[in-house]
Amino acid sequence: MEPFSHPNHGKYKVIGTRPIRHDGEDKVTGRALYGADVSFPDLLHGFVLRSPHAHARIRKLDTSKAEALPGVFAVTTAVDLPRLDDKIVSSGEGMENQKYLSDHILASDKALFIGHPIAAVAATDPWIAQEAVALIEVEYEVLDQVTDPDKAMADGAPLLHEKMTTTILGQKEAKPSNICNHTRFECGDLEAGFAEADLVFDREFRTRTVHQGYVEPHTATALARSDGQVTVWSSTQGPFRTREQVAAVLKRDLSKIRVIPMEIGGGFGGKIPVYLEPLAVLLSEKSGRPVKLVMSRADVFQASGPAPAAVSKLKLGFKSDGTITAGKVWMAYEAGAFPGTWGSTGALCVLAPYRVPHALVDVYDVLTNTPKVAAYRAPSSPQALFGVESIMDEAAQELGLDPIDLRLKNGAVEGDSRVDGQKWSRIGFLETLDAAKNSPHYKSPPPSGPNQARATSIGYWFNAGMQSSATVGINMDGTASVVTGSVDIGGSRASMAIMAAETLGLSAEEVRPVVGDTESIGHTDVTAGSRTTFATGYAVYMAATEALEKMRPRVAKLWDCPVEEVNFEEGAFRHAKGKHDPMTVREVAPKLPMTGGPVQGQSSVQPKQVGASFAVDIADIEVDPETGKVTILRYTVVQDVGTAIHPAYVEGQMIGGTVQGIGWALNEEYVRDEEGRMINTGFLDYRVPTALDAPDIETIMVEVPNPGHPYGVRGVGETTVVPPLSTLHNAIARATGVRIRNLPMSPPRVQAALAEQTARPVPASD
Amino acid sequence: MSSATKRIITAKVNGAELTLAIDNRMTLLQALRDAAGLTGTKEGCLTGDCGACSVLMNGRVVDSCLVMAAEAEDAELTTVEGLADGTHLHPLQQRFLERAALQCGICTPGLLVAAKSLLDRNPNPTDHEIRYWLAGNLCRCTGYKQIIEAVQDAATDMRAGK
Amino acid sequence: MKPLEFSAPSSLDDALQQLSALGGEAGILAGGTDLIIQHRAGVRTFGHMLDIKGIPELNVLEYSDGGGLRLGAAVACAVLGEFEPARKHYPGLVEGAELIGSTQIQNRASVGGNLCNGSPAADSVCSLIVLDAVCVVAGPKGTREVAARDFMTGPGATVLKQGELLVEIRVPPPPPRSASAYLRFIPRNEMDIAVAGVAVNLTLAEDGETVASAAVALAAVAPTPLVVDAAAKALLGSKLEEGALEAAAQASRDAATPITDVRGTAEYRRHLAGVLTRRTARIAAERIQQG
Repeated sequence: MEPFSHPNHGKYKVIGTRPIRHDGEDKVTGRALYGADVSFPDLLHGFVLRSPHAHARIRKLDTSKAEALPGVFAVTTAVDLPRLDDKIVSSGEGMENQKYLSDHILASDKALFIGHPIAAVAATDPWIAQEAVALIEVEYEVLDQVTDPDKAMADGAPLLHEKMTTTILGQKEAKPSNICNHTRFECGDLEAGFAEADLVFDREFRTRTVHQGYVEPHTATALARSDGQVTVWSSTQGPFRTREQVAAVLKRDLSKIRVIPMEIGGGFGGKIPVYLEPLAVLLSEKSGRPVKLVMSRADVFQASGPAPAAVSKLKLGFKSDGTITAGKVWMAYEAGAFPGTWGSTGALCVLAPYRVPHALVDVYDVLTNTPKVAAYRAPSSPQALFGVESIMDEAAQELGLDPIDLRLKNGAVEGDSRVDGQKWSRIGFLETLDAAKNSPHYKSPPPSGPNQARATSIGYWFNAGMQSSATVGINMDGTASVVTGSVDIGGSRASMAIMAAETLGLSAEEVRPVVGDTESIGHTDVTAGSRTTFATGYAVYMAATEALEKMRPRVAKLWDCPVEEVNFEEGAFRHAKGKHDPMTVREVAPKLPMTGGPVQGQSSVQPKQVGASFAVDIADIEVDPETGKVTILRYTVVQDVGTAIHPAYVEGQMIGGTVQGIGWALNEEYVRDEEGRMINTGFLDYRVPTALDAPDIETIMVEVPNPGHPYGVRGVGETTVVPPLSTLHNAIARATGVRIRNLPMSPPRVQAALAEQTARPVPASD
Repeated sequence: MSSATKRIITAKVNGAELTLAIDNRMTLLQALRDAAGLTGTKEGCLTGDCGACSVLMNGRVVDSCLVMAAEAEDAELTTVEGLADGTHLHPLQQRFLERAALQCGICTPGLLVAAKSLLDRNPNPTDHEIRYWLAGNLCRCTGYKQIIEAVQDAATDMRAGK
Repeated sequence: MKPLEFSAPSSLDDALQQLSALGGEAGILAGGTDLIIQHRAGVRTFGHMLDIKGIPELNVLEYSDGGGLRLGAAVACAVLGEFEPARKHYPGLVEGAELIGSTQIQNRASVGGNLCNGSPAADSVCSLIVLDAVCVVAGPKGTREVAARDFMTGPGATVLKQGELLVEIRVPPPPPRSASAYLRFIPRNEMDIAVAGVAVNLTLAEDGETVASAAVALAAVAPTPLVVDAAAKALLGSKLEEGALEAAAQASRDAATPITDVRGTAEYRRHLAGVLTRRTARIAAERIQQG
């Protein structure tokens, strides 16, 4: 595919404007229907029995009393699930072994985490359902459990999957362990690289499990029919992926399952895996009625997929002029109860922003008796870059360099290689750094009061391409519809309308965007990976272009000229020699029936030239040394957004991601007791930023168009969650002299670190 | 047929009298969503920590997940469905759209109701006062900035009599 | 959750009669912001919810210079906060009450309920204690009075016997040149339960600087709200110099017996008890000096 040039960048008619989103009115009036809003007159309420133990063998499971309770119409356990083969399948954003899928949905022989579903019931009201679950008798043989990734890696740790061995560097290890994945990248000569260095930092960092924190809990409703046809209504980030998972777990043909995506109340990656859908289907099949399941907030924390805790040991070497000479990375990511591969993504991210000629990267995914982790906004990148960006800041301090200059010196550009051997395509890292350096914030005098400081840091996400489909239908009056399979979590359907409108020479209001379901549009991968505006937008462009292409011969017919003399330019069909007045799509459309019939364009794509997105954050903070509380005085986010299709929603992604990162940095964590039980399973003690905690955030959009997209789109949604972790860490360090390499940097940790420093004076260089 | 554990309640909801059959165990949130079919008000946490279920009850914004349905007898309730005047959106609704103050939209109904209760009392709030008043409404998508701007815009509209 | 009966008595006598008949099966509903959560979680189980918000005696809200404040047990924190005499004469109490939860919670939760819930982290109770508030309790045998400082007996436990109902809280009129203040520490800026809290009530002498009387109470660092007489003593006769403040802070640290839980470690809470004692004492004094 030839790279796109963007001669009209900055001069678009519709792209870059801020029309009101087409689904907006329904969302501000309460008419929009989300997953839990589905209802039927004969609806049954589902309830799940979940393991109270982090690790236990299930010796006995007796559901007879629950089944006998009046009002109970169905009970399901693992015996209702088919046995699946040991086979690697696509999981929506990566690959996984499907044999673990069914155990994740309903435990068969072992409960592997607190919250692990053991059984589910459907009853006529939620109270009967809850009572029924309490009547299910389970005999557990409680086993030793392990929740820390590094403890789980140690010899003698309790094993979650006794027969699982790791493939280390292509060799299957003989001894079973909890290490489910090991990724290694190396380049150059590590020893030589460190020998060249004038300054070497060897540091350890730790982050804790955090949750995406979407306000809408998981929900699924299913209706099964006697002919095997099943409909599922779900708040999912991807109806096709949901359908695949349900079909895989239940061993059905895809055509037997229709997934209708409802409006979704946040996902951030956490609503890609299925949890409730197969249960709803089984209960509906057994009862013959529609069944709805909704997770409680505590279930969401304990039994959906949080983001992994991680430990990292990083060693970076620098020349005295700041050039990075070598990097050695060792990381362990929490995988949760079932194998996953987010660690390998972390391995790709950790040194990627910089030129590191000599490197060795070893990253492990480790099984723990905790819920299987899922994607959370730039998954694995925050944990990886937190440590690297801390060391970059230390190096800048030690070498007396401006921290942005240090990144400019080492920042990757197009053509540079990464540790995995891939080369960067056109990226805007340096441009973003320049914009940050020249920003009003950075140019203003830094805060100078006691315990105040300014710091900066960077983040990035490589974004995804994957598969999307779109159809663009031309209405008889020349307005248009665009149908895609991309769930709209943050305003993307407005962007689809904008891109279609730009292509067709229409206004955004003249294009109606529609989010289809699995029966109404071609295969489309999840709304995630910052891929929607990029890949689905690409499909929209191609579909709109096909529609225009189909209209050309119609115009030629109207003008009685060869089709080569008709071109679509500047929003209208124009005659090459100017012999006819231009005709807009609105003028051509009424003539379609008489020139050959209706016109529709369609496209299915898998675009490869994805553009990564970089961000640079600047924070001014003040620390209260007596309490350890951090107040953010001023915060700026600078991001390379490619082309901002709808600037208000791009700004929204920048700000939203930053506030999540701030929460991750300062307060959010899973607090677990000695039995591995999460004790802060609500929004009271799992502390996400409120309106009063979030600072005002200034946004600066840098546009370096991506040559891989017709309109230069780069994914923007995920990157901004990454920098706040290290930006705030660096700011605390510069304000107080203490580097807290352990997240979150909550008030008690900051206060304790400062108290320790006062008690034990720190030498000039540590 | 009445029983000690179920009842009929009558409340004024969005200006109209509504009569509902409820189980005493139901919260107001369940009564609105399941009995009245008013699904605009959302469930987020059921512990009063997220504000997604906010409604106005006798002029005050409350978390409907922490009000028993039975308490709604003779109460005057406003939900998100009652903010617009026919097809004429409330300034808050209009400004939320213009400022892109919603992304996934799940927190929006609760926020609109809570913001309305603020502007009904304090027509000229500072940004800090808005943030303080809305601290009980969690938004995980927007980072709040555009929400504050929208509330300020709406306040200006309302002061001008729109 | 077993089936639930529900009633809303409109008189105190009716309420007491029902309470007497129901015994342990009654759940008393005021704002519901603790009760409804506990009921749903199965922490409190009962077969009958008794809504007491319709009882006139529990909604009283009056102030007189001679009699002080009468605060009905069901009065919502937001309503208390809108009552000008309360803001003027009992800023520490209003401060504490207005810290409970969010705007939505404020519109339902009551100081009475905060007391009866029995949490040592209750934000309004320490202020009641340092203001010498008295709780009026009605029961089958008539009415009795309990000092606010004696009301809570342990985490989740109060002096209320089965069949009894907290009716109102009486706070004596503040002497001249006195003011109260309440400060708590939370990790965020709103919505959290106090990691530690301190209420201070001060009266200054005619010179406007010397502490003539003091009371200090701590939240969330002991099984109940904790009165620290030694801290009050340390402030007495001082002008809140560094030495006096540090002595008061130390007294608070010594008296505190905090636990480690999801909200904080014992060490951190103990440390905060000291920090907040100093800060709160200063705020109370400034309030008096600023008139």
